[in-house]
Amino acid sequence: MADTTSITAGALPDAVQESSGAWGFSRAQLVALAILLVFLGVAPFVLYPVFLMKLYCFALFACAFNLLIGYVGLLSFGHAAYFGMGGYLAGYAAKAWGISPEISILIGGATAGLLGVVAGWIAIRRQGIYFAMITLALAQMVYFFCVQAPFTGGEDGIQAIPRGNLFGVVPLDRDMAMYWVVAAVFLAGFLLVHRIIHSPYGQVLKAIRENEPRATSLGYRTDDYKLLAFILSATLAGVAGATKSIVFGIATLTDVHWSMSGEVVLMTLVGGLGTVFGPVVGAAVIVTMQNYLAEMGAWVTVIQGVIFVTCVLAFRRGLIGELAALLKVKL
Amino acid sequence: MDDIFGIPAPLLFGQLLLGLINGAFYAMLSLGLAVIFGLLNIVNMAHGAQFMMGAFAAWMLLAWGGIGYWWALLLAPIIVGITGVILEKLFISRLYKLDHLYGLLLTFGLALIIEGVFRNEFGSSGLPYRIPPELSGAWDLGFMFMPVYRGWVVVAALILCLTTWLVIEKTRLGAYLRAATENAALVQAFGVNVPRMVTLTYGAGVALAAVGGVLAAPIYSVNPQMGSNLIIVVFAVVVIGGMGSILGSILTGFALGIVEGLTKVFWPEASATVIFVIMAIVLLARPAGLFGRA
Repeated sequence: MADTTSITAGALPDAVQESSGAWGFSRAQLVALAILLVFLGVAPFVLYPVFLMKLYCFALFACAFNLLIGYVGLLSFGHAAYFGMGGYLAGYAAKAWGISPEISILIGGATAGLLGVVAGWIAIRRQGIYFAMITLALAQMVYFFCVQAPFTGGEDGIQAIPRGNLFGVVPLDRDMAMYWVVAAVFLAGFLLVHRIIHSPYGQVLKAIRENEPRATSLGYRTDDYKLLAFILSATLAGVAGATKSIVFGIATLTDVHWSMSGEVVLMTLVGGLGTVFGPVVGAAVIVTMQNYLAEMGAWVTVIQGVIFVTCVLAFRRGLIGELAALLKVKL
Repeated sequence: MDDIFGIPAPLLFGQLLLGLINGAFYAMLSLGLAVIFGLLNIVNMAHGAQFMMGAFAAWMLLAWGGIGYWWALLLAPIIVGITGVILEKLFISRLYKLDHLYGLLLTFGLALIIEGVFRNEFGSSGLPYRIPPELSGAWDLGFMFMPVYRGWVVVAALILCLTTWLVIEKTRLGAYLRAATENAALVQAFGVNVPRMVTLTYGAGVALAAVGGVLAAPIYSVNPQMGSNLIIVVFAVVVIGGMGSILGSILTGFALGIVEGLTKVFWPEASATVIFVIMAIVLLARPAGLFGRA
């Protein structure tokens, strides 16, 4: 079956048609960005800041994941490894070494990036479903490592991670102070992903997604491009995980487990694969759902499964993808 | 006699046997995955959940219907196979024209649903399933005691795998199957009902997973998570073997089980990860897998 449609076809119009306004944002995207900025500014006064911080961490995680699936067409089923490892290392740095939070988050991101170098180097040798299975298997290896390694605290995880002082001066113990840091990290990550996609490098990534043999024949070393995308995605996922462990003061095995990899796939799928704002909206939907349904136990898993099936069968463009198609714009 | 490489012989052979049993499950599950992938071009992420359903079907037949092990060995795969046929008809058949990744996502969703429902119904702790009286006890082989049931599992898995291989390689049905894997449109033009064959193939692959579940029920406790951890290892096994060859996936499954068992003896900490490490090495040396076609 060579004539199968690409996984993100339909979610994105041709790369050529992209109008590049300010910063590569189209007009519709600028409106959406404005809404997002207003939300970031107003939300903590209306909604519970800790909930919002959780949401932003997962939104950044989903954006990082979307960079691979949406723009290179590579489905990683092991992104929990980078998310979780970022969280562990940031937590360990902040607690055991007493390092300030911003450096801890960078350490978490760098660790995940290094892990991404190794895992990506192995995984990009295969495409499609094999790539998914390989990333899943490698992530399971990381999971078992975390179960056994002494610094992760095994089943207990790393607990009581201090939030510390930003740049060594601003205390983050108050939720509102922490909120602005998390919002800034999320926004920086979001804009970075957008910038990557709209750079010449990002255009080559899209070319690889659409037709890899052709990109190769044009002289692009596609493996190098894919590996760099994998490393960038892993690093950002690590930053998201690191921020989450600083916010909540805890890093556990849950964040490296394969079900977390499944969750980030679900968030991106619900929001819309290959859309700029989809992962953010998808993360908001799933995190909100988990918050309200937390006491329902295993039914949450069932509901997530149902959403998966529904999205794949009837709703492949996701919420933002459908909205964009309805308004005939690109979001 | 008592020590081999400084390891007590009973320990070494005991772990070898455990490895062989795990290998039997790897072989059965990767075989089912390979058969399904060959014709449907989807990775069946629900395979672990269906393995678990097989074990639960055996448990339910005994607890609710008083139907014993031997009948369960026949009935459970049929029941689970029928649910597979229904899933294929209702959901999976709608995805054949799309990117293969959608099939993976869909079956992952199905796996979540199945596991969630079973966890709600039966909780996370395991349910016991007794070894049938004909197969309880142990043989004294001189160098170790061999529980009869464990020997039976290895033999049964071998018979099942070889039978599947014979059916695919040596019968007319298998020839149709192989032909449809190569070129479904052409086989359909010759008057073979390919969509029905695809449905039945999925059912058969799922039934194979369910047989594994029934065989596993008396060894492992029957619980909703029993399949999900196993299936990730099986994916690594499939990557190592390459999905191109049926015999290859059987061999790889058994061999990796034994390697895992030996690792448990010589370096216990690494036993959980050794298969993934082997996968990484194989990918670096031979990206298509040991038996795969590039």
